[in-house]
Amino acid sequence: MNNSISTYTLRIADDSLILGHRVSEWCGHGPILEEDIALTNIALDLIGQATSLLEYAAATEGKGRTADDLAFLRYERDYTNVLLAEQPNGDFGQTIVRQWLFDTFRLFFYEALCYSKDPQLAAIAEKSLKETKYHFKHSSEWVIRLGDGTEESHQRAQAALDLLWRYAEELFFMNAVDHELIAQGIAVDLTTIKPLWLERIQHVAKEATLKLPETNWVMKGGREGQHSEYLGYLLAEMQYMQRTYPGMEW
Amino acid sequence: MKEINLTELEAAFQSKLDREIRIEPNDWMPADYRKTLIRQISQHAHSEIVGMLPEGNWITRAPNLRRKAVLLAKVQDEAGHGLYLYSAVETLGADREETIDDLHSGKAKYSSIFNYPTVSWADMGAIGWLVDGAAIMNQVPLCRCSYGPYARAMVRVCKEESFHQRQGFEIISKLALGTPEQKEMAQDALNRWWWPALMMFGPNDADSPHTQQSMNWKIKRSTNDELRQLFIDVTVPQAELIGLTIPDPDLKWNQETGHYEIGTINWDEFWAVVSGNGPCNRERVAARKKAKEDGMWVREAALAHAEKRKARQAS
Repeated sequence: MNNSISTYTLRIADDSLILGHRVSEWCGHGPILEEDIALTNIALDLIGQATSLLEYAAATEGKGRTADDLAFLRYERDYTNVLLAEQPNGDFGQTIVRQWLFDTFRLFFYEALCYSKDPQLAAIAEKSLKETKYHFKHSSEWVIRLGDGTEESHQRAQAALDLLWRYAEELFFMNAVDHELIAQGIAVDLTTIKPLWLERIQHVAKEATLKLPETNWVMKGGREGQHSEYLGYLLAEMQYMQRTYPGMEW
Repeated sequence: MKEINLTELEAAFQSKLDREIRIEPNDWMPADYRKTLIRQISQHAHSEIVGMLPEGNWITRAPNLRRKAVLLAKVQDEAGHGLYLYSAVETLGADREETIDDLHSGKAKYSSIFNYPTVSWADMGAIGWLVDGAAIMNQVPLCRCSYGPYARAMVRVCKEESFHQRQGFEIISKLALGTPEQKEMAQDALNRWWWPALMMFGPNDADSPHTQQSMNWKIKRSTNDELRQLFIDVTVPQAELIGLTIPDPDLKWNQETGHYEIGTINWDEFWAVVSGNGPCNRERVAARKKAKEDGMWVREAALAHAEKRKARQAS
């Protein structure tokens, strides 16, 4: 059993699970019907990715836990998603900017993870990459529409970017687990992805006439289980059934 | 120029109906036929969209990953059904946004079942099993509706509805055959959803003013009471199979007719809910209005950007 692989996989899984939960909150409330369908589809893809990843994290952990145990029965401090993923939906602009920062990261991340020497991670990356390309296109196009739309939409998109920019840095968090797995050709060296991510973000921001904030103020902690106040409420909702009716099958 | 008189047009229309030839958007049709279809299809579309809300209420609380994914997919299907149906309404010359405004103003109705609250996970099972089950009974005959675009939309919708019905029955069976708490949850859901599900077929035939005309036009192929009976006959044995009790002390099997007989439906409740006084009418319409109002700036941005882009390409 390899606990570094399990820890590593769990991070990717938690990003998908928590962001998927957030996006799913839009279901039935989207700004247009077509967009309601698109957001629900993205949520569905993320929950699907989370499921495959959690299954693998559970198997490599070797403690007899299932994907559902990991999704629904951990304590808040054991979730290792980035803070960006748990931030509230806000208005549609905030949701789209959050998604765009994340999708752009995920695009390059999965592209690289396809070459992982761990065949299971490589297979999950390959399947997820197909979905992520679509998510990336969707969120980038919306950032451009909103940024270069009306005065109001520009202001809203810029405000969202100003709010969320400080959470982007954490996407590139690495520690000993990464270094150990990078040496084995399993994990992605995120320092190689960051310039690609930034270049693409700058390109889209320019087309959207949005200004990337000039700040060194960085918010992180999620990867080490230190979350914002928002995660507790999200988990209270997500874990409600499993906590209220322990040990039952559904 | 040859003058085509109304009598000839009506005769041609009737002849198509008689020969089971579909009426298509560009064909001549009586004004009332068009009006009836716009009313019925837009109500159907609104029902799909409002129907997303009671189930959407449980997506973030679904008990495991599989159920969460299936529920998301199901609610997404409903949005898709809404899209096909709004498109079908547009083929009749109605404007999608105007029909949606009619929903928000209370002028247009939607299936009254969605005005009941979803208060437990078992309600996801009951909705799939009973509500989608009843919807299938209503919609299968609509695949043979005389209006082409509606009939074709229904073929696609029915395929997905049968998956919805099965997933609902799977949820409720799992609960009914589970722990005592789960079984209680399932029975409670059946108690709350049974009668509203029976009301989904609409008033008794004697009190349904539009039925005869719709049957003549071959929009409707069976009466409310016929479809309700079909649903009861199919559903009662399913409840027995999983050990749940239909909440009707008067329910009995009639050997002679080969049908179940039920107690009296509380039509006062039905009319109260239809006219806006159900438990969640205000919340459902308010949620749809809010989505439209909150989304206004997004739609404006998309239009403004498309125009800018067009102007740039032109220059």
